Amino acid sequence: MSKFNKKKSGDLPAISTASLPDIVFMLLFFFMVATTMRETTLMVKNNLPTANQVEKLDKKDLIMYIYAGEPVDRYQGTYGTSAKIQLNDKFADVGEIQDFIYQERASKREELVPFLTTALKVDGDSKMGLISDIKQELRKANALKINYVTKSGDAVKMN
Amino acid sequence: MAKRSAPEVNAGSMADIAFLLLIFFLVTTTIETDSGISRKLPPEQEENQPPPPVIKERNLFTVIVNSNDELLVEDKVMELKDLRAAAVAFLDNGAEDCSYCQGAKDPSSSVNPTKAIISLVNNRGTSYKRYIAVQNELVAAYNELRDRVATSQYGESFTSLEARYNDPRTTQENKDKLKPKIEAIQELYPEKLSEAEPKKS
Repeated sequence: MSKFNKKKSGDLPAISTASLPDIVFMLLFFFMVATTMRETTLMVKNNLPTANQVEKLDKKDLIMYIYAGEPVDRYQGTYGTSAKIQLNDKFADVGEIQDFIYQERASKREELVPFLTTALKVDGDSKMGLISDIKQELRKANALKINYVTKSGDAVKMN
Repeated sequence: MAKRSAPEVNAGSMADIAFLLLIFFLVTTTIETDSGISRKLPPEQEENQPPPPVIKERNLFTVIVNSNDELLVEDKVMELKDLRAAAVAFLDNGAEDCSYCQGAKDPSSSVNPTKAIISLVNNRGTSYKRYIAVQNELVAAYNELRDRVATSQYGESFTSLEARYNDPRTTQENKDKLKPKIEAIQELYPEKLSEAEPKKS
């Protein structure tokens, strides 16, 4: 009868860890797919207009971003629904743009300053009044290279 | 009797696979870049500037956009889709000494692409979307003409020349070859787009 009660040692068998890497991979893949690189949190609506005669903006470190548009729903209670400017992570006034430019310049190496470009990410439904105010401030700060960031697509059909 | 317990799976090579994948993604990932219409603002006007030179009316192509996003081009109402063709016709008119122009040589339109100026006037109530669309069409008009003259001279479109010039993979030697070509084309059709400060009403 000893045939049937062979292994009766009391300790538990070791759990195989061979599938642990699979779990880690699963997580890795999930984050790889879900990640989008963004430096600032958008507080304004940012439905960019479309254009097809575009140039690429290389050299991310040489770009200063100015966002503008209506505040998103979450902030509308506090800041109202009229279009606002966002610099870094907070709402700003038109008058603060010059300071922002100077700060950005100070944080860059001196020889790179002439190559700095200001990228305007403005909601398509904003009015030109706001944009021309921004442009006047940029002129005053002598930041003359600008880029209107757009989505690619046919500009005529989308209007 | 044969042993029944399952053999241990060797997990040692898992690390290699993980590295392989990691390296693959490291090499192939490109961070999405923004693209848009690049412009240069005019420098701040100093006081006591000499008055600007007088520009003949025939060399000026005025585009006015009102607060209802309607277009007035050369004192006529126009649809956005017709703007590009109108701008091309104006720039390419070439009434006097322009060997590469193919326009109508209309004596009331522009003298020469190097003299032709497009003036864009916005209203503060114009929507940004419409403004970008108008800018896009005007840039497209310039690109169309530049492409045409570049294709006939160098057998390659201007946009393709420019794309190759801006490509970081292009060697310095090739860039030096491309630069004079691009500059020559830009001289034939200089981008003269003037923007007035938006009107209040």
